[in-house]
Amino acid sequence: MARRSNENSSTLIQYRALQDQAILRMFILPTIILLIVINIFPLFYSLILSFSNFTAKFPLVWGKNPRFLGIENYIRLVNDPDIWHRFITTAKYVVLSVGGEMILGFAFALLLQIKFKGREVITTLLVLPMTMSPVIVGLMWKLFYDPNWGMFNYLLGLGKIDWATDLKYNLYASAIADIWMWTPFVMLLALAGLGAVPQYLYEAAEVDRASWWYKFSRITLPMVWPLLLIALIFRTMEAFKVFDVTMGISGRGASAPALLSISLYDTAFVTWKTGIGSALGYIVLIIIIAITNIFVKYLNKAKQ
Amino acid sequence: MKSKWMLIAAMILAVAMVVSLGLVGCKTTTTTTAAAETTAAAETTTTAAAGTTAAAETTTTAAAGGQSIKIVWAQWAPADYLQKLSEDFTKKTGIGVTVEQIPWETFVQKYNTEMIAKSDAWDIIIGDSQDIGTMATGGHYVDLTQWIKDHGVDKSMTAASMTAYAEYPKGSGKYYAVPVEGDALGWAYRKDLFEDPKNQEAFKKQFGYDLGVPTDWIQLLDIAKFFHKPDKDFYGISIYGDNGYDSMAMFLENEMWEFGGDIGNQSTYQVEGILNSPQSIEGTENYRALFQYTPPAFNDAFYVKANDAFTGGKVPMTCNYFAFLPALANEATSPYAKNTGYFACPPHKAKDGKTYQASALGGQGASVVTYSKKQDLALKWLEWFIQPDTQMAWAKLGGYSCNVDVLKSDEFLNATPYNKAFAVTLNIMKDFWSVPQYADLLKTMSADFGPYIINGQGTAKEAADKCAADWTQIFKDAGYLK
Repeated sequence: MARRSNENSSTLIQYRALQDQAILRMFILPTIILLIVINIFPLFYSLILSFSNFTAKFPLVWGKNPRFLGIENYIRLVNDPDIWHRFITTAKYVVLSVGGEMILGFAFALLLQIKFKGREVITTLLVLPMTMSPVIVGLMWKLFYDPNWGMFNYLLGLGKIDWATDLKYNLYASAIADIWMWTPFVMLLALAGLGAVPQYLYEAAEVDRASWWYKFSRITLPMVWPLLLIALIFRTMEAFKVFDVTMGISGRGASAPALLSISLYDTAFVTWKTGIGSALGYIVLIIIIAITNIFVKYLNKAKQ
Repeated sequence: MKSKWMLIAAMILAVAMVVSLGLVGCKTTTTTTAAAETTAAAETTTTAAAGTTAAAETTTTAAAGGQSIKIVWAQWAPADYLQKLSEDFTKKTGIGVTVEQIPWETFVQKYNTEMIAKSDAWDIIIGDSQDIGTMATGGHYVDLTQWIKDHGVDKSMTAASMTAYAEYPKGSGKYYAVPVEGDALGWAYRKDLFEDPKNQEAFKKQFGYDLGVPTDWIQLLDIAKFFHKPDKDFYGISIYGDNGYDSMAMFLENEMWEFGGDIGNQSTYQVEGILNSPQSIEGTENYRALFQYTPPAFNDAFYVKANDAFTGGKVPMTCNYFAFLPALANEATSPYAKNTGYFACPPHKAKDGKTYQASALGGQGASVVTYSKKQDLALKWLEWFIQPDTQMAWAKLGGYSCNVDVLKSDEFLNATPYNKAFAVTLNIMKDFWSVPQYADLLKTMSADFGPYIINGQGTAKEAADKCAADWTQIFKDAGYLK
């Protein structure tokens, strides 16, 4: 009787567990469906189209539009000097913007470690740029950069530099706006890392009369490094794909910075060369995956 | 028991979420704030924020029957005029008309995206003339050839407007639109500055001839040079510099034509030796020379900036499409309205001894959307629009009618200070390529010539040679050239 009762209760527990699993699956099912429809299917469809001459502006006629071209699109892109120029310009942009965000973000985090009156308010205010829409940020900075009446030139005494559309400056203009917007992201991650550093390590270092630099390089940086690396990974991925901020500041066309994302947009949605646009998209994807993998390897090492 | 109810609740929630997301995805896009976050990332342009909130969508009051049609056009004054004009159609037929407006920067892209998605969001598209090839080839516009012949539209509208705004391929006799807004580049100038005795004396002393409306493009350059005083925050000229869409290309082709060059042979698709001919190169150099006398930050100047520089008292003359010139004649929008004169693009005697005069064509035609479920109502609207009295009313409101009789009438010519210049322009307007690859051609032209014209990088010949090579490749890829 007791044994049967035990068997019944164990079956009941198993049944309840299975039901819980079923409920779990049901709740995540919409997300999975969405993921497949919005991400997975287009990913594979665009991969197929990247090997063709498909243009979305004409009716779909298999064999004609699209017509299979093999790797011709990829060869054409790799041999296009303009694409290489855009790769280099995008890389410059990534280094400038991400470098600036990392340095400033970490610096702000270090400063915010100091306890002072109003620290919480200052932290909140510093986070505000990150909460804005990238398009609005772009438009706002476009107004700042106006050479006739913008605040940027006026406050820095720079005369009438056209930051938005002069090819000598507009890459830096976009990078500055990006740094302004995303430094708080790095700051928050760095703050989280700094908050997790055990105080006893600093106390021990104090006892040993360690210098500020020693404490920073041997305690602070190694402990915060994994989180900084996460920030670096995210920001690098995003900076490579930057579009909205730059579009808001410089628009499209020959006066815009020669970034890959703008070329991709023009190819896919202005000239409607869907096939070659897909190929370019995949090249960008592969580059981002490759760079991210390198960073993730370092991250795993840092965690160890 | 509790788990069973939770399971049921979870299933209902899952189904509801998927269904509601599917319905949201099916909704046709008007330019709402949500639309700005869709794949039409074109809304992220300089005027996107203003455009999404300002996308005018007024509707004429439909009668009790409740029928209505939707027309889409660019966001500008003529669209407002058309909305007002359509009130008459609604009064006569009881069919409501909504003229939806999309900012110019994203207009072509927006309706292209909708048509690719086979959307029935609109019944009529008043699309850009260059785009007619793409739309016709893609099957997005209804073939109106028979309708046009039956209603005599090919006779009542000017031949040039039928070719430019309605016909594809050119010369085929196949029509996909009814001309709505005739347009081309024109000029406005400050009469008070030109007629000022001190300016006239100083100009004559400097250049040896009288200051007046320029009679060729060298005089245009001289006048710009004369008035250019950046230390006094006054500049020589206001012309397009934006190369995001077609504004730079339009002014550039105008320059090339004026100097005896061309953008290619539109029958044979040959561009090598034409686009980069010495005459075309000379026209390009003139554009670069003129551009140096524009106000600062004109690298992205299109119709708004071109007008703003004039109404802001920064320049003595401006070039813009005629559709944007009414703002300069309106005292509410221009403090110099009473002192503004207008002229057509001046002629120019080229090095070959011939005189050329041209004006880059703009303008749009109304096309019935293939996917519209109200094609009959749309055709009814077109039938009303082509009536002579409607065309005159259209011209009086500020629209640029292409109706032959309207254009000849004294009523039209005297209706506004710029209509006489427009009437001259209608006879000299020339069009860009209207092939399906036109967007590619525009983009390449802007990319190849832009650095030279805006920043003086390289030479006009280098830019022209590169563009000729690029265009040749585009035509080869499209199968027009072997």
